Parts: sequence; C-alpha cells; structure tokens
Amino acid sequence: MTDKPAIRAEAARLAAYFEAAGALPFEADLLLPADTLLDLYGEDIRARAYVTHDPDRGEMMLRPDFTVPVVQRHMAGGAEPARYTYAGEVFRTQAAGSNRPSEYLQVGYELFRRDDPVAADAEVFALFSEVLSPAGLRAVTGDIGILLAAIDSLTTTDARKAALRRHVWRPRRFRALIDRYTGRAPVPPARAALVETVQARDAATLIAEGGPEIGLRSAADIAARIEALAEDAAAPPIPAAEAEVLGVILSLKAALPDACEQLRDASVDLPGLSPAVETFAARIAALDDAGIDVAGLPFEASYGRTTMEYYDGFVFGFLAEGRADLPPVATGGRYDALTRILGGGRSIPAVGGVIRPELLRRVMTEATA
Amino acid sequence: MTIRLGVPSKGRLMDKTFAWFADRGLDMRRSGSEREYAAEVAGADVELMLLSAGEIPRELAAGRIHLGVTGSDLVQERIPAWDQAVEVVAQMGFGHADLVIAVPACWVDVATLDDLDVVAAAFRARHGFRLRIATKYHRLVRDFLREAGVADYQLVDSQGATEGTVAHGTAEAIADITSTGETLRANHLKILDDGLIHRSEATLFRARGAAWGAAERAALDQVIGLIDGA
Repeated sequence: MTDKPAIRAEAARLAAYFEAAGALPFEADLLLPADTLLDLYGEDIRARAYVTHDPDRGEMMLRPDFTVPVVQRHMAGGAEPARYTYAGEVFRTQAAGSNRPSEYLQVGYELFRRDDPVAADAEVFALFSEVLSPAGLRAVTGDIGILLAAIDSLTTTDARKAALRRHVWRPRRFRALIDRYTGRAPVPPARAALVETVQARDAATLIAEGGPEIGLRSAADIAARIEALAEDAAAPPIPAAEAEVLGVILSLKAALPDACEQLRDASVDLPGLSPAVETFAARIAALDDAGIDVAGLPFEASYGRTTMEYYDGFVFGFLAEGRADLPPVATGGRYDALTRILGGGRSIPAVGGVIRPELLRRVMTEATA
Repeated sequence: MTIRLGVPSKGRLMDKTFAWFADRGLDMRRSGSEREYAAEVAGADVELMLLSAGEIPRELAAGRIHLGVTGSDLVQERIPAWDQAVEVVAQMGFGHADLVIAVPACWVDVATLDDLDVVAAAFRARHGFRLRIATKYHRLVRDFLREAGVADYQLVDSQGATEGTVAHGTAEAIADITSTGETLRANHLKILDDGLIHRSEATLFRARGAAWGAAERAALDQVIGLIDGA
C-alpha cells in the first residue's frame, strides 16, 4: 500500500510550496547524537526512537524529528528572520502489533523571527492551511502560553508555580498538584510527619540518622529540600475560586472569537492573565489578516498538552475528519524555550510545523475513491 | 507430535521447577551427565528443553517452544506487548522477587514517587544532567515512571551489582529485583513507599505463536489436566 515514489513527489511538492514562500532548503543528518535528544526529551524519546551505538561517538539516534537539528543549525549562525523547509525520513518505534509505520517522511516549515510573534504564528498557520486545504482536514488550535500565564497568575508561591509549569504537559500529575495545592487532597503522611519532626529536631541530625551520605545528592541538597517542604506546608492554599477558573480555562473549547471572550471573562478573576489574552486577541486579528476564517476555527485550551513538551505558545493540528485512528496529518507550534535551551545562552522566538505527506496523500486518495 | 517445554537449565529455579512438575505427576530428569543440557519427561507427551532462564522469554515470543517456565519480570521486560505473545498457564508459587525503586536511605525527604520527581527536577537544575536510575529493567521502569508522571530522570544500564552503583557515584537511585530487601539495606538504600513496579514469580507461560495443531492441543490439555488435578 505504500507508494513511495508518489509520496516522495508529494513531499517535493510541499517543500517547493514552502520554498516559494521564502524558505531555505535544509538538510539534516539521519544519525544524530543521542545525548542532546535525551537531555531535551527525556527517557520517553528512548522508547520512541531508534537508538544505536557508535564505538567512537557513543549513542546515536535515527532522526526522530527535524526540530533539534534545524534549531541547532540556525543558532549556529542563521540570518534573521529566517525561514527553513526540509523533507526527509524520520524514524519512530511503534507499539507491538501497531500498523503505524516506523519510518515516514516529514515536510516542515520553520520560522525564526524576533519581532511580531503573532504575525509569525499567523504566517505559519496560513501556509499550512492553504497547502492542506484540498484535503478537507479539520484544523484545531491551542495556546500553551495561556496555560503558562494562568499558572503564573495564581496566588501562590513561586515554587508551586514552577512545579505546575513543569508538569503542564503531564495532565495527571498536574491535576494531582492542583488538588494538593488547593487543599482538596491531603499532604502525603510521610511528608507531613517529616515537616512536623523537623520543627523539633535539626535537619542535619535527621539526615545523618537516615544513613551515610552516598551518591551525588549531598546532605545540603537534602536539607534545602526539607526547608522547601516546610515552607510549602506553611503556604496558604490556592484560593478555590482561582483553581476553578484554571479548571474552566483548561477545559475551554470554542471557536476562536468566543474563546477569546471567555478568556477575557477568566482574566477578571485572574488579572495576571490579561497580557496573554491580549496576545491571543492580537493573534486572532493576525490570522484574520492572513485570510483565515477565524470564526470557524476551533480553539481547545488543552490541545498540545500531551505531545512533545517543547511547545510553549500557539499550537495547531490538522486532523482527518472522522479518522481518530490516524495520527494528525500536520502539527506545529511555537517553541521559544527550545531555542534558549539549545542556543547556549542565546535564544530567538521560533514557530513551525510538519506535514506527513503519506497521510495527506492517503486522506486525499480515500476522499476521491 | 509432542509439545516443547522450556525450563531453566540450572540452579534453584530448575530444582524447584522439577519439584513443582513432579508434585503434579510430571517427572522430569536430566538425561546423561550434569553438564548435558538435555532432559526427559515422563507422564506426558512433552519434550523438555533446558534453557537459560533469560532465553526462555525470547523462545516463547518466537514460538519455538510451546510452554516455558521463567520469571514474570523477564517476560514483561523482554517481550513487547507480552500479553499478546504469551498467556499465563500457572503461577508457580516460588521465585518471588519484587522489582522496586530504591533511593539512598539518607534521603529522608524522599518517601514517594512524587518526592523522587521533585528531587529529580532540583538535581537536574543543580548538576546539569538528569537524575540517574541504574537498572537492567529498562522497559518496565520507563513505563512505570511515565505512568506515574516522573520526569527529569535517565536510566543507566546496570547488568549486575546494581545496588552498588549509588555508592560508586554512577547513579542516584536504582530499580532492581529484591526478595528480602537485605541487600538494599546493606547498601544504605530504601524502597519508595509506592516504588513497587512488579511482583515477580516463576510462571508457566504458553506461547500463543507456537504451532498449535490438534496433537499439540491434546498434549497441552494433558499437561493442564495434571496441573489442575494437583
């Protein structure tokens, strides 16, 4: 059923379209050093990528995506603003018995631009929307920036905000943290006991009684955490009203203009949310300027939360209607933080996305069959 | 036509397996010298294959043996989607061992996976790399930690003496098999309250992918009849 020449031709057509939009063609190695990818994505990537071993260079990975190489290449001295396109194989292991391919083509478009981020978001989305329009896909958008801003607006400690930000991509743990911080869930007994004990006794003695100091985590690190636990125990709960607004935001699903109104309502209770909502409104205007029918474009606040954790702003996907069995035909989003991590002290706002030509072709062929 | 049954080729696991089947009317014994990996079985239409316990999951997954005895930990670790490849015929009641996550006992601030996750984040920020967990059970540990939402860790491979890795400075925590916890305590490690990943036990598995003709099914029924009759 795989028709490789036709899929390659489709990939070439998409890449040519992105080149015509001003993108420079970009090539990446198939074998990438594993350490950067592992450090960035964590152990999960090891379960999803092919890891191989080079006697001299250590662990290598068969390219699981283009994002890391394209960002590295740009950070090593690209012009500003810069647009890149690429077309090539990526490799992902699949669950046993899954019919999904473990090797497929991706065609991408990435935009590095310092000024006017909402215009950059709109440029990328509009290009994808136009080139995908014959396939009749369902578009969906989200905004991780709204979630991060909502967390920052909560009346609580910086440590709690940091913990919530870190787990925004793991909804179950996020939920558990919210339940704890609002007082809905009790403090784990072992922790409560420790906090109580340390009020009466010296932390250093307690640590020494636990056992000899082994490993890289020092007694000072442990004492610092005990102190942090005591501070956290003394912190007042997140007000129930704020937690409720956060819950409303997380479950928000509406067309863009309606979503914007609801977010404005939410910022009455969480005033810190306002700048992110204004960015959201400006993006709607930019999408409208780019010719997108914003009134018909769905927004799902939690979209993108369970995928790769490098997206930190606008996110989007194009899905085959009524085909929940298929992965999205195209996905993308903003990843400013990733450029900071890979940039070694420098960073540049970036937004981009990928299309899977074999899925696009399949959806279009099935539609005409 | 007979069915092929793989059993561990040495040690207590072999002895206990032989005893378990003997109790059920299946007499197994080594043929020839102690050094020869051939064996016989009396009482059923079964061909006995003596294999390393670690090879039995692979032979089961490939369908080269019809039945096999090994630890459930090895089957779950080594066979992707193991429950689609094999079926549990009987849990044999010996070879008990728990796969657990353990951390230094001096970590008095860490009792749960939630603590481990918080500590991993702080560790990464302080040292510039992810907190290392030494194990040989990569798949089981990774699935368990993903399910629990633990982030900022990395697995480092350790095929033996895993309890010593923390003292040697090559890992911050471990995930390993323990039966009494004694070795962990001796190495100044403690098990997390919710750190039980898998409760392993010697198990008789049936390979779904082996050749199951009428004769093989009849032989299997004969074996199962003996087991159920015990």
